[in-house]
Amino acid sequence: MTATPRLRELVLDGLSRSFGKQIALAALDLRIEGGEFIALLGPSGCGKSTALNCIAGLIAPTGGTIFLDGRSLDGTPSEKRGFGVVFQSYALFQHMTVRANIAFGLRMRRLPKERVAARVDQALALVQLEGLADRYPSQLSGGQQQRVAIARAIVIEPPLVLMDEPLSNLDAKLRLEMRTEIRRLHRELGLTTIYVTHDQEEAFSLADRLVVLREGVAQQIGAPDEIYYRPANPYVADFVGFRNAVAMTLERRDGYVGLARGRGLRASGRVSGVGSSGPVTLAIRPDDLVVGGPGENAFEITVDAVEFRGRSFVLEGLTDTGQRLRGTSAAAVPIGDAVTLRAPSDRVLLFTGAG
Amino acid sequence: MRRRLAAHGIDRALLLLLPAVAFVAVIFLYPFLYGLVLSFKPERYVGAFGNYQQFFADPFLRDTIAITLGLAVPAALFNVIASVPIAYRMRGAFRGKRLLIGMLVMPVTLGTVLIAKGLLTLLGARGWVNRALLDLGLVEDPVRFVNNYWGVLLTLVITGFPFAFLLTLSYLGGIDPMLERAAATLGAGPRQRFWRITFPLLLPGLAITFILTFVLAFAVFPSAVLVGEPAGETRVISIVAYRAAYEQFDASMASAIAMIMGAVQLAVVVIVLGVRGRLYRGPSGGGKG
Repeated sequence: MTATPRLRELVLDGLSRSFGKQIALAALDLRIEGGEFIALLGPSGCGKSTALNCIAGLIAPTGGTIFLDGRSLDGTPSEKRGFGVVFQSYALFQHMTVRANIAFGLRMRRLPKERVAARVDQALALVQLEGLADRYPSQLSGGQQQRVAIARAIVIEPPLVLMDEPLSNLDAKLRLEMRTEIRRLHRELGLTTIYVTHDQEEAFSLADRLVVLREGVAQQIGAPDEIYYRPANPYVADFVGFRNAVAMTLERRDGYVGLARGRGLRASGRVSGVGSSGPVTLAIRPDDLVVGGPGENAFEITVDAVEFRGRSFVLEGLTDTGQRLRGTSAAAVPIGDAVTLRAPSDRVLLFTGAG
Repeated sequence: MRRRLAAHGIDRALLLLLPAVAFVAVIFLYPFLYGLVLSFKPERYVGAFGNYQQFFADPFLRDTIAITLGLAVPAALFNVIASVPIAYRMRGAFRGKRLLIGMLVMPVTLGTVLIAKGLLTLLGARGWVNRALLDLGLVEDPVRFVNNYWGVLLTLVITGFPFAFLLTLSYLGGIDPMLERAAATLGAGPRQRFWRITFPLLLPGLAITFILTFVLAFAVFPSAVLVGEPAGETRVISIVAYRAAYEQFDASMASAIAMIMGAVQLAVVVIVLGVRGRLYRGPSGGGKG
């Protein structure tokens, strides 16, 4: 079952917000199509919540405009936008039952009583809370409260659903469950969703497109696999798990393939950026730097930390020039041993420019 | 055994409560019980309930209950109702907030007598306002602004409002501002956000605020004498208790009046708490289910 989205497009045109001299969000341009699931990803303080609050109408942008199907939302207060918002703290009304919480938005719209009741029942069924309609929020578990918050936001059939770190207060298992649930609701109800999170795994698994933010500036906008395999810069690379970063110098470049030296290491990899010489930042995921693995790049380290990861071990150690590297091994390695980590050059990224 | 007691929160640290318990017993419990017993041993009237019978038989005494309630209830209501919009506007951070709070709370430090003096200087028969009115020829005789019901009510508002305001402000601070934002995203305008979200959550706190300012106002004495009309319309219950004790030297009757005073206060408190319990429909305890 899929429904058609209630929104054609949402356009953020240079959306910015400053608090005094502090720039929380710098000129964000984004076009969201109806039915898309967009994740705003970044560490705390990167401006992702600011962007969400601007879209929700809870804070006024200091620059730029939001267009909903070509209509500017400038000066439209939150209560007139009709977007469904799920807050990190859930923000459930403690003095109302679950049913009254979910019905609130419909009652504000002055729907007849029978219609309200019918739609609340439908929403309760969607989030599987049928039996708890007459409880108060304080009598529910965290996961149940989260479901109420989601039901309350989607029962008004909003053109756009905004979620601000909705899963960050739940334990790991529940987080996975709710993730699937949110994705299911998004698809079944034909929602258009903007989802704010600092958890890259969550963003990758949920979103059609991601916006990686840093200090208010969008670093990269793209599909999950694009960002996962082709991060635009060392910052995004680090954020999406390229935990090895080494400052080197580019010696040769042939199209996308380059050769770099530095810190006593020599590496060939895929060059990202302009220029065929000068400083580069090498980036490799620990998963791609494997003891006894394939690849033309080889780095020898003396292991000083080993972490069990279930299927494999993550190793940490220093090269003889004192460069710290993280790699993977199928078998346990005793601390103090010297091992050679290998990586194929198509898994090695070289970012030109001082990173 | 000791461990089992400790599991119920009973351990040696509890002994630290002893001084406080002793203090309460000596300062409150003993005088209260002494007064209670004394009130049943009338000096001038017959029978154990003589004092009480006399109080309710004599309109001069009996009416003091209505007079005092007539002052304390409107004063407490006004203080609570006036503090809500002011505190509501002052939730956020803004320039000069501390100064404004300081100014609103200042009357607390003044004391009733000083406020009464100020009111007399300003609004008394020979106060500034009356002198101005007389000199301007607007009135023939001084206007009676104070030394009546309104003078006392005014002092009760001036002294009681800061308490009500501070309490309301802190109760409002305890309400998550995200709730109103959530309500806004669901289509609630500013009025609906206040009346449907903030106000119901604030109501239990307002009941407590009302009780505290009411009790404070019910014991009114200095201002009822200084800026009121102690023989007539501001003949509050504490005045007749004072007279019984220190003008008629009838400690027994004075004790009886004090007991009646306490009973009336208790009755109002119980009524307000009862209403509060009915108004707040949420569960009283937290607890996850």
